[in-house]
Amino acid sequence: MNRQTADHATLADKFNEDEPRVNWHDQTLWWVRAKRDRMAWTIPEWEQLRDTASSIKLNALGNLHDYLLQFEQQAQQNGAIVHWAADAAEHNRIVTDILQKHGVKRMVKSKSMLTEECHLNPHLEANGIEVIDTDLGERIVQLAKEPPSHIVLPCIHKKKEEIGELFHEHLGTPAGNADPQFLTAAARLHLRKEFLQADAAITGVNFAVAETGEMVVCTNEGNADMGAHLAKVHIACMGIEKIIPQRKHLGVFLRLLARSATGQPITTYSSHFRKPREGQELHIVLVDNGRSRQLGREDFRNSLKCIRCGACMNTCPVYRRSGGHSYHNAVAGPIGAILAPNLDMKDYADLPFASTLCGSCSNVCPVKIDIHQQLYKWRQVLVKEGYTSTAKTAGMKVMTGVLSAPGVYKTAGKMGRWVMRAFPGMVNNRMNPWYKQREMPAPPAQSFSEWYKKNKKST
Amino acid sequence: MKVGLFIPCYIDQFYPQVGIATLQLLQKLGCEVGFPQGQTCCGQPMANSGYEHLTHQCNSLFIKNFADYDYIVGPSGSCVLHIKDHLHDPAAEPKAEKIRQRIYELTEFLTDVLKVTSLPARFPCKVGLHQSCHGQRGLGLAQMSELVAAPFSKPEQLLRMVEGVELVPLDRADECCGFGGTFCVAEEAVSVKMGKDRVADHVKHGAEVITGTDVSCLMHMEGILRRQHAGVKVMHIAEILNQYTDEQANS
Repeated sequence: MNRQTADHATLADKFNEDEPRVNWHDQTLWWVRAKRDRMAWTIPEWEQLRDTASSIKLNALGNLHDYLLQFEQQAQQNGAIVHWAADAAEHNRIVTDILQKHGVKRMVKSKSMLTEECHLNPHLEANGIEVIDTDLGERIVQLAKEPPSHIVLPCIHKKKEEIGELFHEHLGTPAGNADPQFLTAAARLHLRKEFLQADAAITGVNFAVAETGEMVVCTNEGNADMGAHLAKVHIACMGIEKIIPQRKHLGVFLRLLARSATGQPITTYSSHFRKPREGQELHIVLVDNGRSRQLGREDFRNSLKCIRCGACMNTCPVYRRSGGHSYHNAVAGPIGAILAPNLDMKDYADLPFASTLCGSCSNVCPVKIDIHQQLYKWRQVLVKEGYTSTAKTAGMKVMTGVLSAPGVYKTAGKMGRWVMRAFPGMVNNRMNPWYKQREMPAPPAQSFSEWYKKNKKST
Repeated sequence: MKVGLFIPCYIDQFYPQVGIATLQLLQKLGCEVGFPQGQTCCGQPMANSGYEHLTHQCNSLFIKNFADYDYIVGPSGSCVLHIKDHLHDPAAEPKAEKIRQRIYELTEFLTDVLKVTSLPARFPCKVGLHQSCHGQRGLGLAQMSELVAAPFSKPEQLLRMVEGVELVPLDRADECCGFGGTFCVAEEAVSVKMGKDRVADHVKHGAEVITGTDVSCLMHMEGILRRQHAGVKVMHIAEILNQYTDEQANS
């Protein structure tokens, strides 16, 4: 994905130019949130399940070094080749080397937010390797030359008519046909051909079990399986935080993941990959890319518990009304806003401010990440590190000066209200963002404290 | 019981009627209420913008004003939550701690400390209750729609004691209105859109008055309603709970 220069507020402003579309986007995602609620309520011990998942992840993060080595050893015993990548560049280099060694020119990839984070696709294309994303939503945004706008529902920002047009242009479906079933069937035919031709398959990883060295990949389309089973090389790319200690812990996470994500009891496919088949090479790339740095930040460590369900996006009233692309990062929404500043404070300094701190994200999170509290804490860090505008800092200092001195505050308040009454144009103008679509509160002649002084004996 | 009345700065300046209703209601319920004149702001506008390090003077001021009260009560869940979570002063930490433990948002003070079971109030009106996030999710004034847990609502419990109040149902019982402090101007487009959607939910269900525990949310929604000439009013919950019955009005 290209780095964008516009900040969240600017991109959100643009998104809001088409209000009916914002309504549609909001209602579509709210529908997913409501499905998630219904599904959660079918499990009486839901909150206990969240607590348990959070604790297992805490243990995994606290002992990450040991679990990773255990996983590596088990995976190697299973016949996999394990690679370690310190950052996105090393990850991309490792994947490219494997593919070049096998002379791969064309390959398939199932959904992997990690490869989005590492910008793998453009890197491979620059090296003459064609990548076909096989998750239907990802394939759609790939054809549209756009990044995913949601980690679970990559093309949720696209209407079926727009997908019909894309398919007409790229896959030769009849113009004007936007029937979802027809379009899905067309994608199926198109992808089947790609699966059969692909020399290699990349998959993401939802859970990596330290105890057994196996990986679990969850999809609704079976595309990870199709890719991995047909290709002679399978490369599984995972962030180091995907580790869970034992296989039995899947019983907790698989119950939470799909219910939180899409309101399904479980994903259609929860595929376990343990050994390469006869004649196949299985590579596992373990990627850090800032994760150990985040692990070292006490206030933000828990963000690594994330299982990428996207529930925080679906519930976020800001995400629903600004769209995933407004976050200009591979992972959008509240979780993206606490992960991104760890990658680059300067580029993503706007994201922790793209929230009202309503707290709904923390409540839906299946691993109980204190997302909204981390947003608050990131704001403090970003200001202290100097990533806010000098105008804002100056404004805040003036405000602090007024609010720190009762006499100044009282005089300023009285004067302000007088100005608002005498010269309403001073505040009711284009320069005031509040006034653009809202009336200012009517300034009363008397403040409460002035009323109190006149009517009550002061204490 | 000595109650210190905490009237947040923007209520003091723009919504004095909310301060008056809160004061009268607490007195009506038998509290001895003091209003420290030196109070200004809890410091939340700076802290939520990332400038918590600038709030130490606001903190010292708050401690100076409120340290001597048995309880501190304010008609704003958001400001109360800020104090509860962030009031610190290295020079007076025991006092800060006492305040953090003794500060209450108005409705929780009524239900949990005063244990109010009836109110002498009448307000024949269709009312939509806006559950402000910081009160609801932060202070736990009401159960949250995200959690699998038994429902309760302290503000609703009180509104149901008021004769004539008809609470309207909402499609989204606890979605944020989009005020969000400086968010309301920094992210103007999304803030307004969230506010418009929230207001529309109340209007659709026939609310004549939108009430809530936070004036900031109400101020934001009022600004939108007035721009739309919607004819729906906003009132802080204290103003409704403090309504007189016909008997009181005639006496």
